[in-house]
Amino acid sequence: MTPRTLYDKLWDAHVVHQEPDGTALIYIDRHLVHEVTSPQAFEGLRMHGRKLWRADSILATPDHNVPTTDRQAGIADPISRNQVETLGANCQDFGLTEFGMHDPRQGIVHVIGPEQGFTQPGVTLVCGDSHTSTHGAFGALAFGIGTSEVEHVMATQCLWQKKSRTMLVQVEGELPLGVTAKDIVLAVIGRIGTAGGTGYAMEFGGSTIRGLSMEGRMTLCNMAIEAGARAGLVAVDDTTIDYLRDKPQAPKGAMWDRAVTWWRTLVSDPGAHFDTVVELTAAEIRPQVTWGTSPEMVVPVDGRVPDPAEAPDAVRQADWERALQYMGLTAHTPIQEIAVDKVFIGSCTNSRIEDLRDAAAVVQWGLQQGRRVADNVKQALVVPGSGLVKSQAEREGLDRIFIEAGFEWREPGCSMCLAMNADRLEPGERCASTSNRNFEGRQGQGGRTHLVSPAMAAAAAVYGHFVDIREALK
Amino acid sequence: MTPFTRLQGLVVPLDRANVDTDAIIPKQFLKSIQRTGFGPNAFDAWRYLDHGEPGMDHGKRPLNPDFVLNQPRYQGASVLLARENFGCGSSREHAPWALEDYGFRAIIAPSFADIFYNNCFKNGLLPIVLPDTVVDRLFRETFAREGYRLDIDLAAQTVTTPGDQVFDFDVDAQRKHRLLHGLDDIGLTLQLTDRILAYEARRRQEVPWLFA
Ligand code: SF4
Repeated sequence: MTPRTLYDKLWDAHVVHQEPDGTALIYIDRHLVHEVTSPQAFEGLRMHGRKLWRADSILATPDHNVPTTDRQAGIADPISRNQVETLGANCQDFGLTEFGMHDPRQGIVHVIGPEQGFTQPGVTLVCGDSHTSTHGAFGALAFGIGTSEVEHVMATQCLWQKKSRTMLVQVEGELPLGVTAKDIVLAVIGRIGTAGGTGYAMEFGGSTIRGLSMEGRMTLCNMAIEAGARAGLVAVDDTTIDYLRDKPQAPKGAMWDRAVTWWRTLVSDPGAHFDTVVELTAAEIRPQVTWGTSPEMVVPVDGRVPDPAEAPDAVRQADWERALQYMGLTAHTPIQEIAVDKVFIGSCTNSRIEDLRDAAAVVQWGLQQGRRVADNVKQALVVPGSGLVKSQAEREGLDRIFIEAGFEWREPGCSMCLAMNADRLEPGERCASTSNRNFEGRQGQGGRTHLVSPAMAAAAAVYGHFVDIREALK
Repeated sequence: MTPFTRLQGLVVPLDRANVDTDAIIPKQFLKSIQRTGFGPNAFDAWRYLDHGEPGMDHGKRPLNPDFVLNQPRYQGASVLLARENFGCGSSREHAPWALEDYGFRAIIAPSFADIFYNNCFKNGLLPIVLPDTVVDRLFRETFAREGYRLDIDLAAQTVTTPGDQVFDFDVDAQRKHRLLHGLDDIGLTLQLTDRILAYEARRRQEVPWLFA
């Protein structure tokens, strides 16, 4: 048999029907639902008198609109409250499992899927959310869909898809101290651009990736969408299997053994053909900081804000100028001279336990030097990705480190990643953020976002400006 | 869904690359549980000088005169001309809902982000990919000539300029068919129910732990 990529295997296993033009109907095993992109889908089902195909394939939770402060007070904004309540009512009507706002397991969909073992190798998994690519870290075919498709999956358990091309991002060698999965993926986006992955399923491979934890792999796949790829992928190995072992929805007993036998085949065969290969050397990757309004506008922390005069073409030159103006930056400014007003540690990219440990380690080191959150930093937020991440962090005492240093320790949700709730930047405020998008207005109208890793964000909080974490850790 | 067959539409040029769906419809408007009414908030942060929130009377808000959609010569446009990677970012279908509600029926760009491209077809909005050089030329012609209209024929897969230049474009056969006839995707898929059930029965044997 011809060697197949992991993507090929996942695709082949899910084709229900194929049209002559190559469009295929593929079966969907898992469906995550949140409050923002589902109400119109439920409404569509009702309007047409259609039934849900398989309630047991769905897990729902509110995450975008929920407050991260005391939940007992409820949601102040009536429109947000209505959306969250609508999700609850829809889940009840259609018999779905929902981790509601007061459930200890509530959290960002892309954090709770994996931690429940709802996300598993070999499945197709969708959600009305672009960062569904996150789940590809488990060797699952996972991608974001629009609301019409949410309704389509609810009604038919299937989706119409065209096969993607395949890209291998191969990273080799040991990561330098202070360089994380976030820096790898930002470096990839810096290299290929935000449209570089369009039309591709992007598999991350190589010794560096095999050395990453599941948290790190999720960070990579999470941001595959920022490179334009709909899906990110990492092959299954012991790390994947160990992570899943005790998860509530993982198969048990004999089923577990059967599952593991199959999961181990979920790797790209040696010699499998990829349409494009991108190679990086881990030793050359430095901590990354975005300077503009697109994730591809990124430089290493020891670099400078670029000069639009040096842009590769006229369209990009205009984009860079507009970005500098929006960001309130001048060309050639050293990144480490940029001061921040706020710091956000959270989002589906970097709000898992390992991310919080990374950040807390830097904060603790700061405390030992007598540093707390710098005076010019108005607010530093830590928002765990789920209730379970939060309680784990509290068991480890991470919350106390953050609080002692002057951070706010919040309830789980999307929070300032997109500022649909009360957590947001004011016009002109500059933020070091561990999230995934630095678009204009993303964290609040007029807000200025710099994307960084958790350790880099923590360091920016205690210094008040960006610092090279490699120097600080020495 | 409204079928799309042919359109002779006024063109508005949005001369930026990587226009993301956060820009097309900012997050504060995603709190709605409806599918309609997003048009007044398309490009909200660029279109108005004040900060928009749901429930405002958008007719009374100060317009940004520099934003291209607000210029008198482009009023009533139904074709949006854009640059590469249009619609990147969030999967929100509110973006095509807003564009469609505003009055757009077609978008022309050198490339689109995948999810957005896909979402357009579900909402009677035709995304057309044309080569960079052609898009460049259309930008130049639109800027140069007031009242610039394009004739878009989905059946023939052509875009015709006022100067009778004809450009062909690609579109999947299945998507084209559905858009031309305004067909309901779910209804069509449900005609394949037997195959879905057969697949599902097999899968239940292979991976029983994925079924409750
Ligand atoms: S954390 Fe941010 S990117 Fe992730 S799902 Fe929430 S809003 Fe989207």
